[in-house]
Amino acid sequence: MTRESLLNIAVLAGFLAVAIIASLSGQPYLVTLATKAVILGLAGVGLNLALGYGGLVSFGHAAFFGIGGYAAGILASAAQNYEPLMTWPMELAGTTSMPIIWATAVIAAGLIALPIGALSLRTGGVHFIMITLAFAQMIYYFAISWPAYGGEDGLSIYVRNSLGALDTMDPLTFFLIAFALLLLVLALTFMATRARFGLALAMARQNPLRLTSMGVRPFRVRLAAFVLSAMAVALAGALYADLNRFVSPSMLSWQISGELIVLVILGGVGRPLGPVIGAAIFVLLEAWLGHLTDYWQLPLGLVLLLVVLFARGGVIGLLTGRNANA
Amino acid sequence: MPDPILKITGLEKSFGALKATSGVTLDLFPGEIHALIGPNGAGKSTLIKQIVGEIPQDAGTIAFEGQAIDHLDAADRARIGLARTFQVSQIAPELSALKNVMLAVEARQGRVFRFFRPVSRDLALTDAAMAFLYDAGLGERATMRAADLSHGERRQLEFAMALAMKPRVFLMDEPMAGLSPDGSKRMTAFLSDLRRTAPILLVEHDMEAVFALADRISVLVYGRVIATGTVAEIRANPDVRTAYLGDEAA
Repeated sequence: MTRESLLNIAVLAGFLAVAIIASLSGQPYLVTLATKAVILGLAGVGLNLALGYGGLVSFGHAAFFGIGGYAAGILASAAQNYEPLMTWPMELAGTTSMPIIWATAVIAAGLIALPIGALSLRTGGVHFIMITLAFAQMIYYFAISWPAYGGEDGLSIYVRNSLGALDTMDPLTFFLIAFALLLLVLALTFMATRARFGLALAMARQNPLRLTSMGVRPFRVRLAAFVLSAMAVALAGALYADLNRFVSPSMLSWQISGELIVLVILGGVGRPLGPVIGAAIFVLLEAWLGHLTDYWQLPLGLVLLLVVLFARGGVIGLLTGRNANA
Repeated sequence: MPDPILKITGLEKSFGALKATSGVTLDLFPGEIHALIGPNGAGKSTLIKQIVGEIPQDAGTIAFEGQAIDHLDAADRARIGLARTFQVSQIAPELSALKNVMLAVEARQGRVFRFFRPVSRDLALTDAAMAFLYDAGLGERATMRAADLSHGERRQLEFAMALAMKPRVFLMDEPMAGLSPDGSKRMTAFLSDLRRTAPILLVEHDMEAVFALADRISVLVYGRVIATGTVAEIRANPDVRTAYLGDEAA
């Protein structure tokens, strides 16, 4: 087993241990903090598929995070207010069932990511960054100006959505749900990056000219990565709305896109668990330093600067040496 | 005489006022090496890029096995059997030599969008790729990162990838470039055998290699083919001597 796999197992076990110990010793706040890190980590794992493995620096993934959040918020608020979701062309009721909400979030984000990706991937480099940002901002302003779903004020979810007979309002239970989904998505991305698709995606990033000359269009491979990445981020968004029992346009803001990139870079670009470690560091810094000063992002910026300057493989790279997935 | 496998007719390409390709007509027959020579800036690489579909021509037509392929993009042309090697080796530096070739095998099979089964356990893929690496003389280096290979070994890796495509035609842009005299000799022997696998359109500056390998030579000067013929005909052609070969061929 490589050092990186050992570290990965230690990190996941650490998350589980912190949540369980905090829950047993009566510190629900810590459990919630761990849950937030898990959810942001999940979003980072999704972004990593595009950014790390595909080399696609999307500055618009907040769009998919927010779409996931609104999928949860809209379905849940319709159900909780006993209003139909829509009446035309057919009457559709809301729901508080988590699996249906997750599926809706993932599918909606995938369908929206398809045209955004198809248009954005016609560009590259800085233009790609800017056009993904532009699409996300369009969706952000749309959410602000459309009054049906709370506009600027957002939507409240009075009670967390349900999963079978589980008490989702219990912090530890909700943590475990989020943690299980993180493991699932980690396993899927781990498989995909080691399968035939992962090989093609690696070539699309490292040498698109060669990929073309082998008979494979880099565009299609990148688009698949972009859409899958958006779907994973939307799942995280749905969980995030449930965690806060609130969704607002701020989930769609460009700051979120930036924070997700920060998580990935902090932990280690193109490392399976990089974003999870990045999220843990991010949430811890926010909680501890944010307690002391409003300017907690200044030290975060310094940490990020150090990582970019001295540890190109992120924190994981620092702890385990150079990239071993040849 | 058999039909040409590749037939280029009246090809034109300009970049602004610069005429890079001017009425080029050229063909490639099964089993032959057709060398394309010419001074720097004669438009050799531009011609290769048009044939593989990387840049579109302004006029003229490119036919492969009797069918015009002008409407096909580079990926399509690769899939029907045009394999290209580059002047500067094009590889995925972070992947192992083996994985570079495995991707070529998977691309030929047309099965790229598979998300679950790890490639390392796909024996059909690894065994096939391994065989092509040995064919290109790089079997011993299979697990090395491509970035850690020497210049000559990267060239061999390019050939392993091209072989893995099981192409109908090879298009090679200066395969001898940067090789040691010893490396050039081995490459010459390798290419000489390779023409039996598929014919080669060979752009090359190394005259010794061209004269040793070519069944036919075309000379490109300022985007125009000024002569096509056997090695002896080209050596004897006075236009070619003044335009390009100079004293070197005397």
